[in-house]
Amino acid sequence: MSVTYLEAIREAQTQLLRDDERVFIYGQDIAGKFGGAFKATKGLAEKFPGRVLNTPISEDAMVGTAIGAALEGMRPIVEMQFADFSSIALNQILNNAGTHFFRTNVPVPITVRLPSGGTKGSGPFHSQSMEGLYSHYPGVVVMTPATVEDAYTMLIDAVAIDDPVIYCEHKYLYYHLKADALPKESFPVGKARIVRPGRDLTIVTYSAMVHEALAVANELRNDGFEIEVVDLRTVKPLDTATVLASVARTGRLLAVGEAFPWGGVTAEVIARVATEGFHLLDAAPARINAKDTPIPYHPNLWSEHRPNRKSIAVKARQILAE
Amino acid sequence: MLQAAAGKGKSTTKKTAPARSTSSKPKVHDRYLEAFRWMLLSRILEEKLASLYRGGMIVGGVYLGKGQEAVSAACGMFLQKGDVFGPLIRDQAGRSAFGEPLIDVVRTYLGSVKGPMRGRDGNIHRGRPQENQLAMISHLGAMIPVMVGKLMAKRMKGEKGFVGLTTLGEGGMQTGASHEGLNIAAVEQVPLVVVVTNNHWAYSTPNEREFACANLVDRAIGYGYEGHTIDGTDLNACLEVVETAVKRARAGRPPQLVVAEVLRLAGHGEHDDASYVPPEMKSQPFAQDPVARTEKFILENGLLDANALQQMRAEISRQVDEAVSMAQQEDAPHAREEDWRGLSTSPLIDNPSA
Repeated sequence: MSVTYLEAIREAQTQLLRDDERVFIYGQDIAGKFGGAFKATKGLAEKFPGRVLNTPISEDAMVGTAIGAALEGMRPIVEMQFADFSSIALNQILNNAGTHFFRTNVPVPITVRLPSGGTKGSGPFHSQSMEGLYSHYPGVVVMTPATVEDAYTMLIDAVAIDDPVIYCEHKYLYYHLKADALPKESFPVGKARIVRPGRDLTIVTYSAMVHEALAVANELRNDGFEIEVVDLRTVKPLDTATVLASVARTGRLLAVGEAFPWGGVTAEVIARVATEGFHLLDAAPARINAKDTPIPYHPNLWSEHRPNRKSIAVKARQILAE
Repeated sequence: MLQAAAGKGKSTTKKTAPARSTSSKPKVHDRYLEAFRWMLLSRILEEKLASLYRGGMIVGGVYLGKGQEAVSAACGMFLQKGDVFGPLIRDQAGRSAFGEPLIDVVRTYLGSVKGPMRGRDGNIHRGRPQENQLAMISHLGAMIPVMVGKLMAKRMKGEKGFVGLTTLGEGGMQTGASHEGLNIAAVEQVPLVVVVTNNHWAYSTPNEREFACANLVDRAIGYGYEGHTIDGTDLNACLEVVETAVKRARAGRPPQLVVAEVLRLAGHGEHDDASYVPPEMKSQPFAQDPVARTEKFILENGLLDANALQQMRAEISRQVDEAVSMAQQEDAPHAREEDWRGLSTSPLIDNPSA
């Protein structure tokens, strides 16, 4: 038996609906036999009548409604059809949910699921990675699971957290990633994980890029380099301590992210290491992001727009040569 | 004289019956006077806040409900325990009628740490969400779906007989968020009343640059609402129409849209002299001062005499002064004592120097 990243998300939601009567799922095309654009809720509307609800194409109102329900004691999960469309709901997520606890002392326990990241042929409006944008604002937790196990346990954790959680699930991993079974225990939220130990270079990354980084680490091992790969898991809060401890071992840092280059998660990682661990660095830190253009449609362009194992390997060799 | 609401569209507002039975008359007078008291409280309190603002004692802004007191008071009057109120910028009368303590208002404007916002937010953004008073954000229309979610959750939990009432201006009605919120409320068939007060100015922008339909209530049918219009300067009409709308929502009818016409009798905020309002508009029927109009009605119909009215004023002024002097003695927030937490979950607070 094996379970995919997408099945893990569906199974987490099944468990949440079964075990917690406060949970309901709200989103576009998620109910009925259809079960969502990616089938993350397939079968759930029939199994849990009245708790998996289709909405109009109204991202702002979907999140606003979830906020109201959360204030009344519920634990809503909002499914955005694509992360890109959550831009319509930025006001509710960041100005309403994200400010509510600070302003009123009443937290807003909503989980917003964002099918994120690029897949072949999806183009500018169905490919975005918005974790950096959400992390810039106060009042939210931003999760970016990279594994089947994390996809499962972190979604369950997200719903248990009293604050708004932006759960960025990577569409490329939906079907590509498989595990033997779902985990019994979860790794703590907010802690990064060293997925591959090394001594020569630290690659800090998250979500789908963890797998690109691991491929690069395997490739460079043939040349005698041992690369440590750190999976941030949640980008906010950012586990600076684990990153610094890794850089202390390797002396070199490469931050990799799929989002746009200006600011964002990789910039934050480098800023923190430069300000808090400058003495640990034996070479200038570097980062790789998507290019600073909209995400292109054609696979020939798209595959070079985002970081890939080739571009990561080139940058890694440069840092190692310093 | 009592003026009936000008029904429009699917409005089913009845004409105010002039010949009520004598037994019901005192009850009608009681609620008329109660509403007037909330209107007067709002007026006197806001005059005090404006004067504190001019004296430099309030930072940020002061936003008055002057001209909207009758319709706002009516919004708070028919809500019961378990109902939810989502007020907006010019709803002091309605907030008070719903049960907001006077001291909450003054503490928030003065930034007292004892107020519900503890100096973290100010003026009209205050609320007590756990007591069903939503805390508005400035982005207009945003509170409509929040209200929808509150009502859906109550229904999911098995509560019965509740309603929600939220307010909006004609300016706020033009945002995309308002459209999404109004629509999703009807899709979810929640027991909701939306009261839109057209005060003719979105800050400095007049109606003809805000919308192009004949009357905003015409949108009711498009959204699947039942629509009502009122002369917002006529307290009796406001009470009748809002009461009807609340009853209908409570009885399981579709969401209710009430559109009241008034003139904003102040600037957008106290920093604004509203010199853009043409003088001829101030003599329009909708430009009447609802407080003065109600007071005149009370005197002409002998509901209270001048002496009793004067006593009511003095009593309210005393309460306002007491609240202000209490809040003025309370601590302001100190940056050093502030915990600077944007999340309730301490272990998940991001800390760059961890």
